[in-house]
Amino acid sequence: MRVNVTINGDQRQADDVWEGESLLYMLRERLGLPGSKNACEQGECGSCTVYLDDVPVCACLVAAGQCQGREVRTVEGLAAGDDLDPVQRSFVEAGAVQCGFCTPGLVVAAHDLLRRVPEPSDPEIREALAGNLCRCTGYEKILDAVRLAATRQASGAEAR
Amino acid sequence: MDFLIPSTFAEALAIKAERPEVVPIAGGTDVMVELNFDHRRPTALLDLTRIAELTEWAPSENLLRVGAGVPYVRIIDELGDRLPGLAMASRTVGSPQIRNRGTVGGNLGAASPAGDTHPVLLACDAQVEVASVRGTRMIPAAEFYLGVKRNALEPDELIAAVHLAPAAAPQQFSKVGTRNAMVIAVCSFAVALHPEQGRVGAAVGSAAPTPRRALAAEEFLAGELSDAGLWESPKPLLDSVRRRFGELAAEAASPIDDVRGTAAYRRHALAVLARRTLGWAWQDYCGTGETRSQSCA
Repeated sequence: MRVNVTINGDQRQADDVWEGESLLYMLRERLGLPGSKNACEQGECGSCTVYLDDVPVCACLVAAGQCQGREVRTVEGLAAGDDLDPVQRSFVEAGAVQCGFCTPGLVVAAHDLLRRVPEPSDPEIREALAGNLCRCTGYEKILDAVRLAATRQASGAEAR
Repeated sequence: MDFLIPSTFAEALAIKAERPEVVPIAGGTDVMVELNFDHRRPTALLDLTRIAELTEWAPSENLLRVGAGVPYVRIIDELGDRLPGLAMASRTVGSPQIRNRGTVGGNLGAASPAGDTHPVLLACDAQVEVASVRGTRMIPAAEFYLGVKRNALEPDELIAAVHLAPAAAPQQFSKVGTRNAMVIAVCSFAVALHPEQGRVGAAVGSAAPTPRRALAAEEFLAGELSDAGLWESPKPLLDSVRRRFGELAAEAASPIDDVRGTAAYRRHALAVLARRTLGWAWQDYCGTGETRSQSCA
């Protein structure tokens, strides 16, 4: 089947999509967007987290056909060109990236948290990232990155 | 395989009548796992996410009607005050990403004995509204679960909504797992106080082929509470009463040994969960009683 979907602001079309296929497969294998990672395929790891109509979801658990006419924003859509999103910059600067496989999902989950809760407490950060697993177990640096991004966001807001 | 996208519930029911073998999909948190792992190859998927009427909740007579497609996150955010037990159970489902997609309708459709909302639906006397082209019927939650991953739906039926009374008194839910997020319950327990009926609803999850009401525990506690006049003048419960309630709740289960835990552990943990959740709920009830009548010691 054919799926028309807006991805990162662009109108995209995927052909020959299998009816049982996931959004994740369509993104990675048909639309050239490999940022969302394929790990568990059962919603356990969060590596494939994307926004669907502005709500973070596991792309592996969304049927591609369910995205017809909807809006998807992937990790590739967070940066404005070469200008990284503050969450992405904070992950780099805090050293919150080891093997990097979980990073895209964590960045999207953290991005969503900071939109909803600009100054999250540690328990709020932990809760928001509970669906994202880092097998390198680099969680402390990831928490540092989210705190840094929150601080940055707050000072940016004051500057404005 | 076909991918069918009805835009109204009537259209979905017509499809289900004509092709009862189609697999409904809403949040996809169960169905997509089965597809990704090649455990299931249905002839068609019936996408329910375009059907606006399934994603609404509203008061219906004295009850709340919660559409089958309302995701957990909205139950937590929008109904947490009126349906505290259901919201508590919803909070323990998966992760934020899963709660953004998963629905109570999906929990009921999958009918896994470990589904998190089932004990609450049982303890709160929920009714499941199911529909087909033949009409609509209400199934009490206690009659809905028939076996492991089997429910009372006929092949041409779809789940439309669940109906629950807004909580008139405290409710509690608790669940044992290996961590706080992303766990399938080892066992779970829900309790709901129904002072207007002079009784307590109680149910166990993930500890029998189906979620199950703990009837002996309910009856025991109703007797203790009314004999001592505790509904009218609430006082802290005797330890012996809470313990007996826990024992009877555990006896309602018929657990098995599996990868998540042993039967013996589940029985033990259920007794603890039941005792504690009752303690919390009753403490809350005493608290509200205190503001009403200053009678709680």
